[in-house]
Amino acid sequence: MENTNSDKIRAYQKQKNKEEMQKHLISFGLMIVLTIIAFVIVATGIMDKMFVIPVLVILAAIQVAFQFYYFMHMKDKGHEMPATMIYGGVWGALLTLAGLGVISWW
Amino acid sequence: MSHIHPLNPETMPNEPEKATLEGKNKFLGLWFFLGGETVLFASLFGTYIALRNSTAGGPTSQEMFGLELVFIMTILLLTSSLTSVYAMYHMKNQDFKKMQLWLGVTGLLGLSFLGLEIYEFAHYITDYGFTFRSSAFGSAFYTLVGFHGGHVTFGIAWLITIMIRNAKRGLNLYNAPKYYTFSLYWHFIDVIWVFVFTVVYLMGKVA
Repeated sequence: MENTNSDKIRAYQKQKNKEEMQKHLISFGLMIVLTIIAFVIVATGIMDKMFVIPVLVILAAIQVAFQFYYFMHMKDKGHEMPATMIYGGVWGALLTLAGLGVISWW
Repeated sequence: MSHIHPLNPETMPNEPEKATLEGKNKFLGLWFFLGGETVLFASLFGTYIALRNSTAGGPTSQEMFGLELVFIMTILLLTSSLTSVYAMYHMKNQDFKKMQLWLGVTGLLGLSFLGLEIYEFAHYITDYGFTFRSSAFGSAFYTLVGFHGGHVTFGIAWLITIMIRNAKRGLNLYNAPKYYTFSLYWHFIDVIWVFVFTVVYLMGKVA
Protein backbone atom coordinates (compact mmCIF):
# COMPACT_ATOMS: atom_id res chain seq x y z
CA MET A 1 0.00 0.00 0.00
CA GLU A 2 2.65 2.44 1.06
CA ASN A 3 4.80 1.49 -1.86
CA THR A 4 2.13 2.10 -4.50
CA ASN A 5 1.43 5.44 -2.87
CA SER A 6 5.04 6.52 -3.14
CA ASP A 7 5.05 5.27 -6.73
CA LYS A 8 2.16 7.60 -7.45
CA ILE A 9 4.02 10.51 -5.87
CA ARG A 10 7.07 9.57 -7.94
CA ALA A 11 5.06 9.49 -11.16
CA TYR A 12 3.50 12.83 -10.30
CA GLN A 13 6.91 14.34 -9.58
CA LYS A 14 8.35 12.92 -12.80
CA GLN A 15 5.51 14.47 -14.75
CA LYS A 16 6.14 17.81 -13.04
CA ASN A 17 9.85 17.61 -13.84
CA LYS A 18 8.97 16.92 -17.44
CA GLU A 19 6.69 19.94 -17.65
CA GLU A 20 9.44 22.04 -16.12
CA MET A 21 11.88 20.79 -18.77
CA GLN A 22 9.42 21.74 -21.53
CA LYS A 23 9.32 25.28 -20.12
CA HIS A 24 13.11 25.32 -20.20
CA LEU A 25 13.08 24.30 -23.86
CA ILE A 26 10.63 27.09 -24.68
CA SER A 27 12.76 29.67 -22.86
CA PHE A 28 15.85 28.38 -24.66
CA GLY A 29 14.04 28.85 -27.99
CA LEU A 30 13.07 32.39 -27.03
CA MET A 31 16.62 33.20 -25.94
CA ILE A 32 17.94 32.00 -29.30
CA VAL A 33 15.36 34.17 -31.09
CA LEU A 34 16.31 37.24 -29.01
CA THR A 35 19.99 36.62 -29.78
CA ILE A 36 19.31 36.31 -33.52
CA ILE A 37 17.24 39.52 -33.51
CA ALA A 38 20.07 41.41 -31.77
CA PHE A 39 22.69 40.16 -34.27
CA VAL A 40 20.45 40.81 -37.30
CA ILE A 41 19.75 44.39 -36.20
CA VAL A 42 23.48 45.12 -36.02
CA ALA A 43 24.59 43.07 -39.05
CA THR A 44 22.02 44.60 -41.42
CA GLY A 45 22.12 48.11 -39.93
CA ILE A 46 18.39 48.50 -40.55
CA MET A 47 17.79 50.46 -37.38
CA ASP A 48 18.53 54.12 -36.72
CA LYS A 49 21.76 54.54 -34.74
CA MET A 50 19.94 56.37 -31.94
CA PHE A 51 17.62 53.44 -31.26
CA VAL A 52 20.01 50.53 -31.69
CA ILE A 53 21.72 50.71 -28.30
CA PRO A 54 18.56 50.97 -26.13
CA VAL A 55 16.97 48.14 -28.16
CA LEU A 56 20.04 45.92 -27.71
CA VAL A 57 20.07 46.59 -23.96
CA ILE A 58 16.36 45.72 -23.69
CA LEU A 59 16.87 42.48 -25.68
CA ALA A 60 19.77 41.53 -23.38
CA ALA A 61 17.73 42.32 -20.26
CA ILE A 62 14.83 40.11 -21.40
CA GLN A 63 17.20 37.26 -22.21
CA VAL A 64 18.90 37.56 -18.82
CA ALA A 65 15.52 37.56 -17.08
CA PHE A 66 14.73 34.22 -18.78
CA GLN A 67 18.08 32.88 -17.64
CA PHE A 68 17.50 33.96 -14.03
CA TYR A 69 13.82 33.11 -13.65
CA TYR A 70 13.70 29.87 -15.65
CA PHE A 71 17.17 28.32 -15.96
CA MET A 72 18.20 29.41 -12.45
CA HIS A 73 14.71 28.78 -11.00
CA MET A 74 14.22 32.23 -9.48
CA LYS A 75 10.50 31.94 -10.29
CA ASP A 76 10.19 28.95 -7.92
CA LYS A 77 9.25 29.02 -4.25
CA GLY A 78 11.99 29.59 -1.69
CA HIS A 79 13.97 31.98 -3.88
CA GLU A 80 13.35 35.19 -1.92
CA MET A 81 16.94 35.32 -0.67
CA PRO A 82 18.51 34.65 -4.12
CA ALA A 83 16.28 37.37 -5.60
CA THR A 84 17.42 39.77 -2.86
CA MET A 85 21.05 38.94 -3.59
CA ILE A 86 20.72 39.39 -7.34
CA TYR A 87 18.64 42.56 -7.20
CA GLY A 88 21.10 43.89 -4.59
CA GLY A 89 23.89 43.04 -7.03
CA VAL A 90 22.04 44.68 -9.93
CA TRP A 91 21.49 47.81 -7.83
CA GLY A 92 25.21 47.91 -6.99
CA ALA A 93 25.97 47.34 -10.68
CA LEU A 94 23.75 50.24 -11.76
CA LEU A 95 25.41 52.55 -9.20
CA THR A 96 28.84 51.46 -10.41
CA LEU A 97 27.93 52.08 -14.06
CA ALA A 98 26.33 55.43 -13.20
CA GLY A 99 29.37 56.44 -11.15
CA LEU A 100 31.87 55.52 -13.85
CA GLY A 101 29.64 57.17 -16.48
CA VAL A 102 29.46 60.41 -14.52
CA ILE A 103 33.22 60.71 -13.92
CA SER A 104 33.87 59.96 -17.62
CA TRP A 105 31.38 62.25 -19.35
CA TRP A 106 30.11 64.89 -16.90
CA MET B 1 26.22 8.74 7.86
CA SER B 2 22.98 7.90 6.14
CA HIS B 3 23.32 10.91 3.87
CA ILE B 4 26.12 9.37 1.81
CA HIS B 5 24.12 6.35 0.71
CA PRO B 6 23.05 6.49 -2.92
CA LEU B 7 19.48 7.57 -3.39
CA ASN B 8 16.69 5.42 -4.65
CA PRO B 9 13.20 6.43 -5.75
CA GLU B 10 11.65 5.65 -2.35
CA THR B 11 13.94 7.82 -0.27
CA MET B 12 14.67 10.57 -2.78
CA PRO B 13 13.46 14.04 -1.84
CA ASN B 14 12.14 16.22 -4.66
CA GLU B 15 14.98 18.69 -4.39
CA PRO B 16 18.05 16.68 -3.35
CA GLU B 17 20.21 19.79 -3.68
CA LYS B 18 18.36 21.53 -0.85
CA ALA B 19 17.43 18.56 1.35
CA THR B 20 20.28 19.02 3.84
CA LEU B 21 21.33 22.07 5.82
CA GLU B 22 24.68 22.00 4.05
CA GLY B 23 22.88 21.98 0.70
CA LYS B 24 20.69 24.92 1.69
CA ASN B 25 23.72 26.89 2.84
CA LYS B 26 25.65 26.13 -0.34
CA PHE B 27 22.64 27.28 -2.38
CA LEU B 28 22.38 30.59 -0.49
CA GLY B 29 26.14 31.05 -0.42
CA LEU B 30 26.43 30.70 -4.18
CA TRP B 31 23.68 33.27 -4.78
CA PHE B 32 25.44 35.62 -2.38
CA PHE B 33 28.61 35.14 -4.41
CA LEU B 34 26.73 35.82 -7.67
CA GLY B 35 25.39 39.09 -6.23
CA GLY B 36 28.98 40.16 -5.60
CA GLU B 37 30.08 38.99 -9.06
CA THR B 38 27.41 41.20 -10.61
CA VAL B 39 29.04 44.29 -9.08
CA LEU B 40 32.53 43.10 -10.02
CA PHE B 41 31.57 42.69 -13.67
CA ALA B 42 29.69 46.00 -13.61
CA SER B 43 32.92 47.79 -12.73
CA LEU B 44 34.73 46.04 -15.61
CA PHE B 45 31.88 46.89 -18.01
CA GLY B 46 31.82 50.50 -16.79
CA THR B 47 35.57 50.79 -17.36
CA TYR B 48 35.27 49.26 -20.82
CA ILE B 49 32.43 51.58 -21.86
CA ALA B 50 34.41 54.59 -20.66
CA LEU B 51 37.62 53.56 -22.48
CA ARG B 52 36.40 51.81 -25.61
CA ASN B 53 37.13 54.77 -27.90
CA SER B 54 40.56 55.46 -26.41
CA THR B 55 42.37 53.50 -29.10
CA ALA B 56 45.59 55.56 -29.13
CA GLY B 57 45.73 55.34 -32.94
CA GLY B 58 45.48 51.54 -32.83
CA PRO B 59 42.76 49.39 -34.35
CA THR B 60 39.16 50.21 -33.39
CA SER B 61 36.40 47.80 -32.44
CA GLN B 62 34.64 48.36 -35.81
CA GLU B 63 37.74 47.32 -37.73
CA MET B 64 38.51 44.18 -35.75
CA PHE B 65 35.34 42.55 -34.49
CA GLY B 66 33.68 39.88 -36.64
CA LEU B 67 30.10 39.06 -35.80
CA GLU B 68 30.16 35.51 -37.25
CA LEU B 69 32.63 34.18 -34.69
CA VAL B 70 30.89 35.94 -31.80
CA PHE B 71 27.55 34.53 -32.92
CA ILE B 72 28.91 30.98 -32.93
CA MET B 73 30.44 31.52 -29.47
CA THR B 74 27.12 32.86 -28.20
CA ILE B 75 25.19 29.86 -29.50
CA LEU B 76 27.76 27.47 -27.99
CA LEU B 77 27.52 29.03 -24.54
CA LEU B 78 23.74 29.37 -24.66
CA THR B 79 23.41 25.70 -25.66
CA SER B 80 25.75 24.70 -22.82
CA SER B 81 23.39 26.52 -20.47
CA LEU B 82 20.54 24.36 -21.78
CA THR B 83 22.51 21.12 -21.47
CA SER B 84 23.33 21.90 -17.84
CA VAL B 85 19.62 22.52 -17.19
CA TYR B 86 18.97 19.16 -18.86
CA ALA B 87 21.57 17.55 -16.56
CA MET B 88 19.76 18.99 -13.51
CA TYR B 89 16.50 17.56 -14.91
CA HIS B 90 18.13 14.13 -14.84
CA MET B 91 19.38 14.80 -11.32
CA LYS B 92 15.80 15.39 -10.17
CA ASN B 93 14.83 12.10 -11.80
CA GLN B 94 17.79 10.38 -10.07
CA ASP B 95 19.41 9.37 -13.32
CA PHE B 96 23.05 9.81 -12.37
CA LYS B 97 24.52 8.46 -15.63
CA LYS B 98 22.48 10.76 -17.83
CA MET B 99 23.28 13.67 -15.55
CA GLN B 100 27.03 12.97 -15.92
CA LEU B 101 26.61 12.55 -19.68
CA TRP B 102 24.89 15.92 -20.15
CA LEU B 103 27.32 17.66 -17.83
CA GLY B 104 30.05 16.19 -20.02
CA VAL B 105 28.36 17.73 -23.08
CA THR B 106 28.18 21.03 -21.16
CA GLY B 107 31.92 20.84 -20.50
CA LEU B 108 32.70 20.10 -24.16
CA LEU B 109 30.60 23.08 -25.31
CA GLY B 110 32.41 25.24 -22.75
CA LEU B 111 35.77 24.03 -24.05
CA SER B 112 34.80 24.81 -27.67
CA PHE B 113 33.75 28.28 -26.55
CA LEU B 114 37.10 28.74 -24.86
CA GLY B 115 38.95 27.47 -27.94
CA LEU B 116 37.20 30.03 -30.14
CA GLU B 117 37.95 32.81 -27.65
CA ILE B 118 41.66 31.91 -27.64
CA TYR B 119 41.58 31.84 -31.45
CA GLU B 120 39.91 35.26 -31.44
CA PHE B 121 42.51 36.80 -29.11
CA ALA B 122 45.36 35.23 -31.12
CA HIS B 123 43.82 36.68 -34.30
CA TYR B 124 43.71 40.20 -32.81
CA ILE B 125 47.26 39.95 -31.51
CA THR B 126 48.91 38.50 -34.65
CA ASP B 127 46.85 40.17 -37.40
CA TYR B 128 46.23 43.57 -35.81
CA GLY B 129 49.01 43.82 -33.22
CA PHE B 130 46.23 44.56 -30.75
CA THR B 131 47.42 43.58 -27.27
CA PHE B 132 46.75 44.36 -23.64
CA ARG B 133 49.31 47.17 -23.85
CA SER B 134 48.21 48.70 -27.20
CA SER B 135 45.80 51.22 -25.74
CA ALA B 136 43.36 51.89 -22.92
CA PHE B 137 40.78 50.19 -25.16
CA GLY B 138 43.06 47.14 -25.38
CA SER B 139 43.53 46.92 -21.62
CA ALA B 140 39.82 47.33 -20.92
CA PHE B 141 38.86 44.83 -23.65
CA TYR B 142 41.22 42.04 -22.57
CA THR B 143 40.44 42.60 -18.89
CA LEU B 144 36.67 42.36 -19.36
CA VAL B 145 36.48 39.60 -21.97
CA GLY B 146 39.46 37.76 -20.45
CA PHE B 147 37.89 37.85 -17.01
CA HIS B 148 34.79 36.22 -18.45
CA GLY B 149 36.98 33.65 -20.22
CA GLY B 150 38.72 33.05 -16.91
CA HIS B 151 35.35 32.34 -15.33
CA VAL B 152 34.61 29.81 -18.09
CA THR B 153 38.01 28.16 -17.49
CA PHE B 154 37.36 27.98 -13.76
CA GLY B 155 33.88 26.56 -14.39
CA ILE B 156 35.25 23.80 -16.63
CA ALA B 157 37.89 22.90 -14.01
CA TRP B 158 35.17 22.84 -11.33
CA LEU B 159 32.95 20.64 -13.48
CA ILE B 160 35.71 18.13 -14.32
CA THR B 161 36.65 17.94 -10.63
CA ILE B 162 33.15 17.10 -9.35
CA MET B 163 32.45 14.76 -12.26
CA ILE B 164 35.58 12.68 -11.62
CA ARG B 165 35.40 12.88 -7.82
CA ASN B 166 31.82 11.61 -7.73
CA ALA B 167 31.96 9.25 -10.72
CA LYS B 168 31.80 6.09 -8.61
CA ARG B 169 29.71 7.49 -5.77
CA GLY B 170 26.47 7.92 -7.63
CA LEU B 171 24.05 10.66 -6.71
CA ASN B 172 23.47 11.34 -3.02
CA LEU B 173 22.42 14.15 -0.74
CA TYR B 174 26.06 15.02 -0.11
CA ASN B 175 27.04 15.68 -3.73
CA ALA B 176 23.72 16.84 -5.23
CA PRO B 177 24.28 20.41 -3.87
CA LYS B 178 27.77 20.41 -5.44
CA TYR B 179 26.32 19.70 -8.87
CA TYR B 180 23.49 22.17 -8.43
CA THR B 181 25.72 25.06 -7.35
CA PHE B 182 27.92 24.38 -10.37
CA SER B 183 24.88 24.61 -12.67
CA LEU B 184 23.87 27.96 -11.14
CA TYR B 185 27.42 29.29 -11.63
CA TRP B 186 27.42 28.08 -15.23
CA HIS B 187 24.14 29.88 -16.00
CA PHE B 188 25.58 33.02 -14.49
CA ILE B 189 28.56 32.81 -16.86
CA ASP B 190 26.04 32.81 -19.69
CA VAL B 191 24.27 35.82 -18.16
CA ILE B 192 27.57 37.73 -18.20
CA TRP B 193 28.21 36.65 -21.80
CA VAL B 194 24.84 38.08 -22.90
CA PHE B 195 26.09 41.49 -21.77
CA VAL B 196 29.56 40.90 -23.23
CA PHE B 197 28.23 40.18 -26.73
CA THR B 198 25.73 43.04 -26.45
CA VAL B 199 27.98 45.75 -24.99
CA VAL B 200 31.39 44.78 -26.40
CA TYR B 201 30.71 43.23 -29.80
CA LEU B 202 27.31 44.44 -31.01
CA MET B 203 27.66 47.99 -29.66
CA GLY B 204 31.31 47.94 -30.78
CA LYS B 205 30.12 47.35 -34.34
CA VAL B 206 27.48 50.09 -34.14
CA ALA B 207 29.28 53.00 -32.49
